[in-house]
This record gives sequence, structure tokens and C-alpha cells, in this order.
Amino acid sequence: MRDSRTSRWLAGLAIVAVVMVGCARGSGATTAPTNAPAASSAGGAGEAPSGAPAASQGVAAATCKGDGSKGTVQMMINQWVGAEANVAVAQCLLQQMGYTVKTSTLAEEVAWQGFDTGEVDVILENWGHPDLEKKYIADTKKATDDGPNGVTGIIGWYVPAWMIDKYPDLADWHNLNKYADLFKTPESGDKGQFLGSDPTFVQYDEALIANLGLNFKDVFSGSEAATITAFQQADKNKTPLIGYFYDPQWLQNEIKLVQIKLPAYTPGCDADLKKVACDYPPYILNKIVRTDWKASGGDAATFIKNFEWGNKDQNEVADLITNKKLSDEDAAKQWIDEHPDVWQKWMP
Amino acid sequence: MTAIRIPASTVTSHESWRRALFLTLLGAAALTWILLHGQWTLPHDDDVPLFRSLNGIRDWVNENRAVLEPARSFLGSLVAFFDNVLASLGWPGVIGVAGALGWVFGGWRLTILVMAGFTSLGVLGLWDSSMATLSLMLAAVVLALIVGLPLGILAGRSNRVSAVLSPILDVMQIMPTLSYLIPVTALFFIGAAPATIATIIYAIPPAVRITSLGIRGVGPTTMEAARSLGSTSGQSLTKVQIPLARRAIGLGINQTIMLALSMVVITGLIGAPGLGRNLTVALSKVNVGAAFEAGVAIVILAIILDRLTFAAGEWLDPRIRRQQHRGGGRIVAIGAPVLILGAGLVAPAVVDATEFPEAIQVSIQDPVNAIVGWITDTFSPITIAIKDAITNVVLNPLETLLTAAPWWLVVAVVALVAWYVSGRRPAIVASICLGLIVVLGLWNHSMITLANVLVATLLTLIIGIAIGIQTARHDRLRTVLRPILDTAQTMPAFVYLIPALALFQPTRFTAIVAAVIFAIPPVIRLVDIGIRSVPPTVVEAARASGATDRQLLWKVQLPMSMRALLLAANQGIVMVLSIVVIGALVGAGALGYDVITGFAQGQDFGKGLAAGIAIVLLGIMLDRITQGAGRRRRTAAARAG
Repeated sequence: MRDSRTSRWLAGLAIVAVVMVGCARGSGATTAPTNAPAASSAGGAGEAPSGAPAASQGVAAATCKGDGSKGTVQMMINQWVGAEANVAVAQCLLQQMGYTVKTSTLAEEVAWQGFDTGEVDVILENWGHPDLEKKYIADTKKATDDGPNGVTGIIGWYVPAWMIDKYPDLADWHNLNKYADLFKTPESGDKGQFLGSDPTFVQYDEALIANLGLNFKDVFSGSEAATITAFQQADKNKTPLIGYFYDPQWLQNEIKLVQIKLPAYTPGCDADLKKVACDYPPYILNKIVRTDWKASGGDAATFIKNFEWGNKDQNEVADLITNKKLSDEDAAKQWIDEHPDVWQKWMP
Repeated sequence: MTAIRIPASTVTSHESWRRALFLTLLGAAALTWILLHGQWTLPHDDDVPLFRSLNGIRDWVNENRAVLEPARSFLGSLVAFFDNVLASLGWPGVIGVAGALGWVFGGWRLTILVMAGFTSLGVLGLWDSSMATLSLMLAAVVLALIVGLPLGILAGRSNRVSAVLSPILDVMQIMPTLSYLIPVTALFFIGAAPATIATIIYAIPPAVRITSLGIRGVGPTTMEAARSLGSTSGQSLTKVQIPLARRAIGLGINQTIMLALSMVVITGLIGAPGLGRNLTVALSKVNVGAAFEAGVAIVILAIILDRLTFAAGEWLDPRIRRQQHRGGGRIVAIGAPVLILGAGLVAPAVVDATEFPEAIQVSIQDPVNAIVGWITDTFSPITIAIKDAITNVVLNPLETLLTAAPWWLVVAVVALVAWYVSGRRPAIVASICLGLIVVLGLWNHSMITLANVLVATLLTLIIGIAIGIQTARHDRLRTVLRPILDTAQTMPAFVYLIPALALFQPTRFTAIVAAVIFAIPPVIRLVDIGIRSVPPTVVEAARASGATDRQLLWKVQLPMSMRALLLAANQGIVMVLSIVVIGALVGAGALGYDVITGFAQGQDFGKGLAAGIAIVLLGIMLDRITQGAGRRRRTAAARAG
């Protein structure tokens, strides 16, 4: 009894000691630089980078390290890999310029709230959110449209390429009903199954199916991962599949998908989402920045303003990240090494 | 089996009268369905006025959130504090502290387990993420306990407090996290603060419930003795009730930590750093191997914390502590932990403590991806055939039955079933729940979800009971299965969703499979315990009278463990419901999809919240029906005795 009581006290003392040691060291002189942005907690914007000494790594042609002395840029990564590719490249270059870059991966709606709180400075790829744009850009003026990022987003209906080889006229929507039976599943009953998408994404397939008089049922996959897995399996096992997909997307580099021709988009044809009967518009993807940060961001703000590349560039980096399994940083380095002509124009 | 004895004849005639009435009414309902199906249905409408008025709540919150700024910065700095402690300890320090605690609470075995566990987090290359998760959890758990334990003590001492708290705790546990994540982010923005809040909401209930149970577990005679010796109410609390309930409180803390850990994935969605983020990123790349690594890290953390807190709970109880054998006496008991701790703290002088050495990191991504690829390629033709068969034969007919029926007929039949299996009160509660779903404007989606939940529960019970019977008979099978079941329960569903998708395509059935994997462990355990607790004398007597194994099972073991089986059904349903939303990510649609849309798109916030409430209502309905059945069975069992 006495024995264990002593050890109990000792344990308690030890814990207290550890905590005290921890705090003391935490507030004392900074140890090695922690450049890993993921490790930092979401503290306030006032958290100053504590003059960490420059990492004395062998300076290769491209390194993503810098001294982090010029301040912090908070970048938001949307949950698709293309967006990750944007941020990877911008982050690497900004760090070379001497900035500390803090990233967070967030749902889009949540990310925009970050403009209000000052926890997000930059969204590099915005896929048309009229309601959010109205609220944050027009009404509260917390956010500013910072111009296109050079990527054009294409949303559409896709089938695996082998289907077009086998049924060449499938590529036109007029013939979809002819093949509806091919796409039947227990989920869609006696209609063809159209694989809908992630609820977060811009979509009006259900209305399109109804207004074009197609004998299909919109069955939601529920998430991007689910849709991707479905297309991968449809490609590998040669099972019929038609669904909502988009470009740029890394899967487009892995397997071949063909877009179905829908009635062409004309400005305004998507005005009433209940009566819409035309293809999705091409999305000129743009950058959104926090208004206050744009004014105070200095070189970083100019860099983001200039940031503009293309679908091909983004898919290249995304392909390195997903299919070649490189880390974001290594993928960015490789692209930066190979394409100085593109990124040098962004430099302030 | 000595309890109340009711004259057998009255019971039988009452029972048969009830059954006749039940079957007649059920027949009438079937006839009504045939005549009226397709009418009085409530098709789904995305644009119900109620949804829009719920949007108003969010806007109001948006306008008034400045008030909460101090709370937010407090939470942020609390997490940052733990971050700091862990970071400045470095990896050797954390391993050393954990090892020392393991020695003090449990002994050398626990020390090895804990130290090996922490080391493997580093070996997996997930040290930083794991520590970020750990500090978030520590903050959430500390706050949950500060609030939860006093509430639990209050609820343990006062019936009124307990009556008020109980339904609130029910809602906190069944309400899908995603449906309150948006209000929480509206209030506390993004990052660590809202993640902490969401975790606290989810993790508090066991702290309150188990503590209150522990306090109530102190017998009335003990309390009377304390009172007759002249203790005041406060004295009997601090000197008698709390010390005697220490183990229960320890268990409550343990469960709080476990639940908090299961929130890790969700917090990744609102920008909290840690393993949740690794998981969401892996999912967006459909990289099963990476998701698996993060999942394994979560399981390891869960095992470490579970064993450590469990041992701490035992250690707190002097009755147990005295019995513990400590080899080597006092010197080892004090010396060993001090030595381990010292080694951990001194290590930074020798090695770089800030980053786990890359040389000993091993990635298991590629082999995992290869294995999963092989499995899906080989088995997908079979699994897809199974999926199609079950969907066509069971799921689709059931869904049609529910969605095509006039809504009042469904309410009537559910009330009838509830009355028959559980009694009058559950019948009333069930009808009220369904009525509220009609008011919410989510009837159609609720019926689809209900069909999914029923099929998932059915499969869970069939498979779970079958396996439970086997483990009850074969000790070795139980030993082999135990770690697998532990893993199935703590491994985030996100990890096995992608292989499940490859095997079953994005369908309702995939969601059902995910639910079955998640819900089956407790069912197996409860069945196992139920059958094992049949007294050996009874089993022997049955054998002596010449019963075969099969007869023994069906005539003796299963009937005698009926309560455990019903509890298993009840737990199965609750667990299945709790992953309805995750099921929507792989094609379950209906209510789960509404919740996700509400989380993702501002204009659908109201619909998402309403759908969250609808899931809670379905949960309460099913829970009351099955719980009531347990009570009824008990009287039936008493009769049999």
C-alpha cells in the first residue's frame, strides 16, 4: 500500500515536471526550423514566424525551402488533386521567395468562411459559386476576385473510351436512349443508370435528364472517390458506365474517358436550373483572395495575382502526385525544374 | 429464473389473444397496401419552406458569432498548449513519458506495448500527424471530462437531472456529426477550435452516463451506513460514492477517449490538422494504401490510449492495486519508470528529437495497394453478383413497400409492431417520431434510409449471431477474432470504403456492407457473452438428457441468452444508423446525402439539418422498439422459470 502510494506521487510529480519542461522549452529558444506547414495548429493570424534560421541544405536547382522571413501566406487546398497541384507549385515558389506558407484542406463552403476570419488568404481555384461570390465579394467585400488561374474547367457526361469504340454513335446524346438498357442496374430499375456525383459539386443532371427526355435515372455516387473508383472499374472490367465527370482531373491521365455531346451551351441557357437542357458552361476558373491580404500581402500578393498556367500543366503535376505517387513538394519541384518559362512570368 | 410466477393458463390465453389481434391487423394492413399503394405517398421535395426557415438559424448565428471569440481563442490556445508540450518533448520524450506511465499503471508488458505503439507511429511516417491528432484529442477529452464528470455525478444523485439529461445525450450520440458541423464552423470558424467542440459534443455522453451509473451502483445500504455514521451529503459523496465509483469513472474516461478518437476523421473536414487530414487527402486520390496507413495509426493510438486509461482506472482503485503483483519490489517499481522517462528526456541531446528519423520509416502503401488490387480484381464478379441478388430480392422490394405505401399506413404498421413487441409506450413514441418526420418534409428519403438500415441490421444480426455462436464454442476462434474485431471497430470506415466500392460499385449495398463491418463487432461480443453466461450446470443437464449440439443450441443456449441477443439487435441498429451519413459517400443516397449536401452547400443548410434530425428520429424509434422488446422478454423469461 505504502509502496504504491509513493509511486503514485512520483508519477504525478513526473507528469508535472514533464509539462513544465515542455512549456519551458516551447517558449524558449526555437529549435530546428519546422517548415512542415501541416504540423502547425490553426492559431490566429497574429502568430509571427519566429525568425527560424535558414535550413542549410545543399542548394539544388529547385528547393522549396526559404528562410520564411517575409511573412505567412495562408492557402486553402480544395479537396481535389488539381487544386493540390496549384497549391504545391505556388507554395514551393513562395517559400523560395522567403514566405512561410500555411495550408489547410477544406470543403469549399467552409473555406470561404476563412475570408471572414482571416484564416484563409488565397483560394487558387474557384469553380463558380455564385451564392458565395455574392455574399463575400459583392456584399461584405471580404474577398476579391483575383483573375483567372489559367485553367478551364469542363464539366460533362463521360463514358469510358472502350464504349465509344464499341458503340460509336453513343457519343451523341440523341442516341443515349437507344443504349439505355446497357446502363441498367438494380439501382436504376428499368431505366439506364446515370452516375451522379459528389453533392458538393456544381450539377444539374437530374433536370437535364428530364428535359432531354432521356430514359435514365440519376443515381448519386456520393463522392468523388466513389465516382473515380466506378470509372476505374468500368475501364478495367469493360462494364458500361455513364456519369458526371470533369477535366482537369488526374484520372483523365490514367484512363481514357470520352465526353458525350450534349446540346451546346449558349449564354443564359442555364438561367433556370429547372428547365435547363444544354451542356455545362466552360468554367474559367479564377483565384479568390482576401481583400485585406491583397492590400498588405506585398510580393506574395503580386505573385498570386500573376499566377496563371494551363490544364496541361495542372494535369502534369496532379499526375505526378497521384499516379507516380510523388509527394506534393517533389512533384512541384519537378515541374518547376522543367517549366521555368511558365513560372518566371509570375515573379514580381 | 426464480422471479414472478404468473399462472400459466392466463398468460397463454392473453398471449394468444394478442397474437391473433396482431396478425389480423397486420393482414388488414397488407390488404390496405394492395388497395392503396401509390397513393398518399409523400414524394421528396428539395424545396420545403421549413428548410429555408432553418437556414435562418445559420444566418442568425453568422451575425452573432463575435460573442464567442474568447471561447474560440481559448480552445485554440489549449490545443496549441498540448501541441507545444508534445513538440518540445520530441519523439523520444513522448515515447519515454508513455512508457513510464505504462510501467506505473500496468507493468512491463504495458510499457512494451505502449512504447512499441508510439514507435510504430513514427515508423509509419505519421509522427507529426499523430501528434497533431493527439493534442487535439487531449484538449477535447480534458474539456469533455471537466464538463461531463460533474454532470455525471449530478445525474447519479438526482433522478430529475438524469431524466433531463438522458434524451439530450441520446440526441448528441445519434445526431450525425456532419449536420452540426456547419453550425459549429459558423460559430467557431475553421481549424482546431470547432474540431474540439465537435469532438466534445460527441464524446461527452459516455463520461456522463457511465459516471452516473457508477454513482448509482453504490448500494443503498452503503449510503445508509454512511449517513447513520453522520456524514453530510457532501461527505458521503466525496468519501463514499466517488471512491467506490472510481472504476466506473475510469471506464467513462476510457470510453470518452475512444469516442473522441473516432471523430478524428470528421475533424479533418474542417481543417483540423492530423490524421483526419491524411485520410481525406488519401481518399481524394483513391489511394487505399495511404488511407490504410492513416487508419492503422488511428487504431494504434486507440489501442495505446485504451489500454493505458483502462490500466489507470484499475490502478486508481485501491482494492485492485493491492492485489497487483509487482515483481522486483520497490526499487524496480520506482526505478524503471524513472529510467525510461529519463532516457526519453535525455535522448534529444544525442539525436534530433524534432523529426522521427527517416532511416527507420517504412511505407506499407505499395504492398497494401497491390493486395487490395488483387482482391478486387479476383472477387468483384462474385461480389457484384451477390450485391445484385440482395438488392433485387430484399432491398428493392422493401424500399418499394415502404415508399409506395400511404404514409399513414406505415405509421400505423410501425405502431402496431411496436405495440406487439414492446408495449404501449414504445408504440406511442414510434408514431410520434414518424409523425415528426412527415412534418420535416423528409418522408420519402427517410423511408429509403429506413429500408437500408433494416437490411443492414438484418445482415449484421444473421452474420453476427452465427459468428458469436461459433466463438462461444471455440476459445481459439475467439482469441483469433478479438484483434480483428477491435480493428474493425476503431478503423475509420473511410479506409475500407474504397475497396468496398471496387467490390460492390457505388450503391446502397456498399453502404450496407460498410455498416455491417462497423456494427458487427459488438453484436458478436454480446452473443458470445450471452451464450457463455448460460450456467454450465444447465448445459450439462441438457447433455445428460441426451441433447445433441444442435438441440442444445436451439433449445437451451439461444433461448436463455435472449436478452443478450436483443441487446445485440439494439446495439446493431444504433451503430448502423450512426454511419448512415458515411454510407451516403458511397451511394446510399437519401438522408445521408441530404446531410452531406447541407454541409457542403450553404443554401441547403436547412435541408441538411432537417435530415440530421430525421436520422435521430429514426434512431429513437428503432431504439425504443428494441429496448422495449428486451423488457417484455424478461417477463416472459420469468414465466418460463
